[in-house]
Amino acid sequence: MGALEDFAVEVGRDDPVAVRGGATQWDVGGPVHPDVRIVAAPAGVVDHRPEEMLVRVRAGTTMAELAGVLDRAGQMVPLDPADPERATVGGILSVGRAGLRRLRHGPVRDHVLEIRYVSAGGELVKAGAPVVKNVSGFDLVRLLVGSLGTLGLLGEVVLRTYPRPRAGRWLTGPAPALPGQPLLGLYRPSAVLWDGGRLWVLLEGHPSDVDAQAHHLGPAWAETDGPPAVPVGGRLSMAPGRVATWARDHPAGSFLAELGVGVVHLSGPAAASAASEPAVAELNRRVKDRFDPTGRLNPGRMAA
Amino acid sequence: MTLVSELVAALDEERVRSGGLERALYNRDASIMEGRAGVVCFPLTTPEVQAVVKVAAAHGRAVVPRGAGTGLAGGAVPVGAEGHEPVVVVTTRMNRVLEVDAHNAVAWVQPGVLNLDLSRHVAPLGLHFAPDPSSQQACSIGGNVANNSGGPHCLAYGVTTAHVLAMDVVLADGVLVRLGGLEPEGLGYDLRGAFVGSEGTMGVAVAVAVRLTPLPPALRTLLIGFPTVEAAAETVTAVIGAGIIPAAMEMMDARITKAVEEYVHAGFPADAAAVLLIEVDGLEDGVAAAAAEVIELAQARGATSVRMAADAAERDLLWKGRKSAFGAVARIAPDYYLHDTVVPRTRLAEILARVYELADANGVAVMNVFHAGDGNLHPLFLFDRRRPGELDRVKAAGDQLIRVCIEAGGVLSGEHGIGLEKRDYMPLLFSPADLLAQDSLRDAFDPSRLFNPDKVIPSGSRCGDLQSVPPGVWI
Repeated sequence: MGALEDFAVEVGRDDPVAVRGGATQWDVGGPVHPDVRIVAAPAGVVDHRPEEMLVRVRAGTTMAELAGVLDRAGQMVPLDPADPERATVGGILSVGRAGLRRLRHGPVRDHVLEIRYVSAGGELVKAGAPVVKNVSGFDLVRLLVGSLGTLGLLGEVVLRTYPRPRAGRWLTGPAPALPGQPLLGLYRPSAVLWDGGRLWVLLEGHPSDVDAQAHHLGPAWAETDGPPAVPVGGRLSMAPGRVATWARDHPAGSFLAELGVGVVHLSGPAAASAASEPAVAELNRRVKDRFDPTGRLNPGRMAA
Repeated sequence: MTLVSELVAALDEERVRSGGLERALYNRDASIMEGRAGVVCFPLTTPEVQAVVKVAAAHGRAVVPRGAGTGLAGGAVPVGAEGHEPVVVVTTRMNRVLEVDAHNAVAWVQPGVLNLDLSRHVAPLGLHFAPDPSSQQACSIGGNVANNSGGPHCLAYGVTTAHVLAMDVVLADGVLVRLGGLEPEGLGYDLRGAFVGSEGTMGVAVAVAVRLTPLPPALRTLLIGFPTVEAAAETVTAVIGAGIIPAAMEMMDARITKAVEEYVHAGFPADAAAVLLIEVDGLEDGVAAAAAEVIELAQARGATSVRMAADAAERDLLWKGRKSAFGAVARIAPDYYLHDTVVPRTRLAEILARVYELADANGVAVMNVFHAGDGNLHPLFLFDRRRPGELDRVKAAGDQLIRVCIEAGGVLSGEHGIGLEKRDYMPLLFSPADLLAQDSLRDAFDPSRLFNPDKVIPSGSRCGDLQSVPPGVWI
C-alpha cells in the first residue's frame, strides 16, 4: 500500500482524530479537544515538474524540504511560513495564512491545484487536478484551504510553482503617516509593510526594474536586509482601506501592517473577531455537517 | 395565485415573460443544447431576486440563473419536464457599477455588468478586470463568477476566482448572504471560493466585489509564425522553462490562421503551420528582456516570422485577429462546436496530432485556436446541422477528444465548465467518493436542489443509476 492509503487507514472512520504538522500555528481557530488521537500526514516531495510549473508533495513535508527541491530548478512556491524548518505544507494549507509576499503573489488558496484528503468516513478523496487551469466540477480545493482540517485531512497536494524572481530588494524609509497612495505609486510591489513610523518595501523582478523602482522611492529610503521582526502577539484581518483609520488608535511600533493586503500583526493579543452573520454561520455549519457529520475531524478548531 | 401572476406581482408585467416565443429565446445558451424555459424574469434589484426565488420555491419550480447566455456547456439551459419548466432569472438588467475604490483597487458591481464594460469603466484609473474571456464584449460578471471564467491573460493573472473578493448571494430560501469579504482572512470556510464556478447550482450572485489589476506600464505583443505545430508547442514549453510567464501565450493552427486572415486582414502569416501570439507585460526592462528571450527561443526552434506590435493600434489588431477567430469560422461553416479541455502543456504537440487524427477519422473538419500557455485546448469542429449525420460525427469526435485528454492527465474543462455538456463525463475524472464530496458542497448551499438542477454532477452520484441527457433537453 502507498503512503496515502496507509494514512487513510490510520485516520480510520470512527474516533475523534486531529492532524498535526509542525504545530507552528497550533492555536489558530481554537485548541483541539484534549485526549483526541493525533495523526501525522505522510511526508516527501513526490514529483516536481518545472516545465509544467507544478509539484506534487505529501502534506507532512516541511516547507524547507520542498523549497530545497524547487530551488534546484530555480523555482519557488510563495507560501513563506515564518518557520519553514517546522511548518508543513499541509499545515500551511489547512490554516490558509499567507506570508509577507501575499500582496504580489496572492493568497495560499491560489497556489493549490489538487488536494487528496482523507474524509471523515476514512476514504481517500481527490479534489482538483494537476493542471494549471481547471473548472471541472465544484471547487473543493478552495473550500479545504483554510478549513483547519475540519472537513478532511490533507494527505497529498499539487501546488503551482513559479520562477524565482531574478532580483529582490528590501528597502525601508520613514513614514509617520500612512501614505496617500497605499502602494507608493509602485507597480505591483511584493510587500509594503508599515509599523506606524516606518515603511518596508520588497521589490522583485528584473534587476534593472527593481533598481528603477527603488530609485522612484526617493533619497530617504535605504537598502535593508529584510523585513522587520514580525510581531507575534496577535493577528488582525481587515479591509486594506481600513488600516489608516485603525492605526489612529494604535501607537507606532505596536503593530506591523501589510498594506494593500489588510493583515495586521500585533505585539499584543488581538481582540476576538466579531462572529459571522447568522446566515453565513448557518452555511458553515451545513458544510461541516455534510463533510463530517459526527464532528470527528479536529474537534474544537474552526470556530466559525 | 398562479406562478406567473405571483411573479408579476413581485416584479411587473414587462419584466416577467411567459409567452411561448419569448420563453423560447431562453431555451438555449451558446451551446448546442436546448431545454425549455418556464417563465423568464428580469429583476432589477436584490429584493426582486429574493422575491422571485421565493415564489419559484413555493411553486416547486427550479430556478436557472442566467447572465448574458454566452456559456458553451449548457449551464444556463433550463431543464425540466413539461409543466415543471424552470423559472429563468436573467441578471442582465442589474448592470450598474456600484462603487469603485481606486486606492484599494476594488469595485462592487452588479452581476449584469459586462466584462469589457467594467474594464473600460476603470481604465481611466489605470486599472482593469484581468479575466478576459473571448466573449468579453458580451459576457457578464455574474456569468464569469458562475463559470470561474478564464481568458488569454489568465496565464499570468489567474482566472476569475483570483479576482473575486466577495459576493452577495441569494440562496434557495431567499436569504441574502455575503460570502467572502474585503478583509484577507475571513472567519469560517472559503464559501466565496466554493461558490465561484458553481455554475448557478448554489444561488444567484446579486453583487460582486472584484479585485482590479493595474494596467501594465509596458508590454510587448509578438506574433510568431512556425513551420510546424511541434515547433510552436516546443517554444511554449521552452518559454515557461526559461522562467518567463507571459501575460498571454496563444496558439493558432494554419487553418484558423488562414480563416482569420481572410476575415480580419491583420497580416497574419497565412503560410505558417502555427502561430503564437505572445504578450509579455510589466515594467520596461523586464518586458524588453523577456520579449528578446522569447524571440530567441522561437528562432532557435525554427520560427519563420516574428512580428512585434509597434503601437497600441497594431496590438489591438493582432488581438482582434485572435478574438475574431470564431466570427471568422462562421463564414466558413454554418455551425461549429467549440470544445474546451486541458492537458499538461508539455504534451501539447502530441495531443494536437491526436486531435487532427480523430477529426479525420470521423470525417470532421477541425481548427485549433487556444491558450497554449495553460495547456487549454479549444478544438473547433465545423459542421452543418442540416446535413444528416454531421452532428453525430462531431459528437463522436468530441467524445474521443475528451477521452484522449483525460488519458494524457488532463481535465474535462479549463474555462467553459461542465454544465450539461460534460456532466456525464465527470466519472472519467472523479471517483464516486470524489463526486459525492462535490455533491455534498452543493447540498450544503442548496438542500432543496432548487437551483439549476441536473447540472455538473451526474445524477447517478447518489443513487447509482447514470442517465445521459436529462428529460426535456434536445441536443
